[in-house]
Amino acid sequence: MNFLEFKDIMYNGLWKQNPGIVQLLGLCPLLAVSSTVVNGVSLGLATTLVMTVSSGSIAPIRSYVPNEIRIPVFILIIAVLVTVVQYLMNAYMYGMYVVLGIFIPLIVTNCIVLARVESFASKNSGLPSALDGFAMGLGLTAVLGALGAMREIVGKGTLFSGIDLALGDMAQGWVLHVIPDYKGFLLAILPPGAFIGLGLLIAGKNWLNLRAEQKARSKPAAVASASPEAAQG
Amino acid sequence: MKRIARSTLQTAANLVFFAILATAILSTTFFMTRDAIVKSEEAVKLKLIMQIVPATLLDNDIIQDTLSIPPSELLGTDDVTIAYRARLKGEPTAVVLEAVAPDGYSGRISLVLAVRANGELAGVRVVAHKETPGLGDYIELTKSTWIKVFDGKSRAVYKDADWKVKKDGGQFEHMAGATITPRAVVKAVNKALIYFGENRDKLLAANEPEKETKP
Repeated sequence: MNFLEFKDIMYNGLWKQNPGIVQLLGLCPLLAVSSTVVNGVSLGLATTLVMTVSSGSIAPIRSYVPNEIRIPVFILIIAVLVTVVQYLMNAYMYGMYVVLGIFIPLIVTNCIVLARVESFASKNSGLPSALDGFAMGLGLTAVLGALGAMREIVGKGTLFSGIDLALGDMAQGWVLHVIPDYKGFLLAILPPGAFIGLGLLIAGKNWLNLRAEQKARSKPAAVASASPEAAQG
Repeated sequence: MKRIARSTLQTAANLVFFAILATAILSTTFFMTRDAIVKSEEAVKLKLIMQIVPATLLDNDIIQDTLSIPPSELLGTDDVTIAYRARLKGEPTAVVLEAVAPDGYSGRISLVLAVRANGELAGVRVVAHKETPGLGDYIELTKSTWIKVFDGKSRAVYKDADWKVKKDGGQFEHMAGATITPRAVVKAVNKALIYFGENRDKLLAANEPEKETKP
């Protein structure tokens, strides 16, 4: 795998094909656990871990799995990995496990995991597949984190609340009260807030894309108009 | 025909192989993490218990000193629950009970209560609830200190008519706009204290955990 390939995969996962705001896969956790940054990022990282390992482990064995049973086998492997992650979190990050609760086992049903396995890992070798899962997971984590931050600031006026559940008691003082004495805005915390926030994020990305496109279009024109003189000069 | 049968068998064998592999990985992880899971669950439980049982009341290993409580209408429980007993030099000083308020605004509210041997509440905490965030969730200690109103209360001082929110003519404060939640909690705590009164001797029996009294 060369550097270009690496860059391409990372760019696809984090921006161009971002699972959260472009492919719009995996909306169930996106809407449910993105009420705070810590929740969103924790589930995002758990999903990233599952995606990296599942894509990376399915790619090398793809030639041994007959085509007609590949979906059940993929699902089986993903389910095993998710259950392992669930056991590990239950054992070593109990507070976070309680908060994320039902959404950890639900990573299995997150269609983005199977989608990457089916569309990338079943056609590529191990290392690029693992990287693809990792990049897609990070892309999802970034969206979950951004959405969580938006909802948390608008809804509760804080940032990083509950971080002590993820990092232990030493992080208890790390919560930022962005807006002091904030009364809270319930709509942002409840599911509609997630839809509105996601809509804003998608709009923001499209706006950035459009701007980049316009820039790219106006640039060649400028170059074209400038080049005859340059040729003459 | 033979070829189809063979490829079917091969596919089946393949699937079986992956199923066995999956089972092996899962059971290994289960056995590797089992002790850590039990330990972290106990640590969380102990942390909660130590919030409501004053440290001066116990010198025993309270997590191990348990008594199973059958489902009870007064506690609002449908399953067997575990009571933990605090002792000082072997003498029972308090008991930690689980109770459920079935009539919260959005379903059940799970509580733990610590009751001193004299029937006085040492503390109450909400363990799980689905009340509206920002409205009914002030029963959580992380949101408000409301739940501490129960500290030191008992049925010796407050009669049945007092175990209500102020809006219903009782003694308990509540926040405007969210009366159903505290009403359910107050009612559940009162009923749990009635349960304690009726079963006081059994709950505070001097026996050690393993030797449960058989009738």
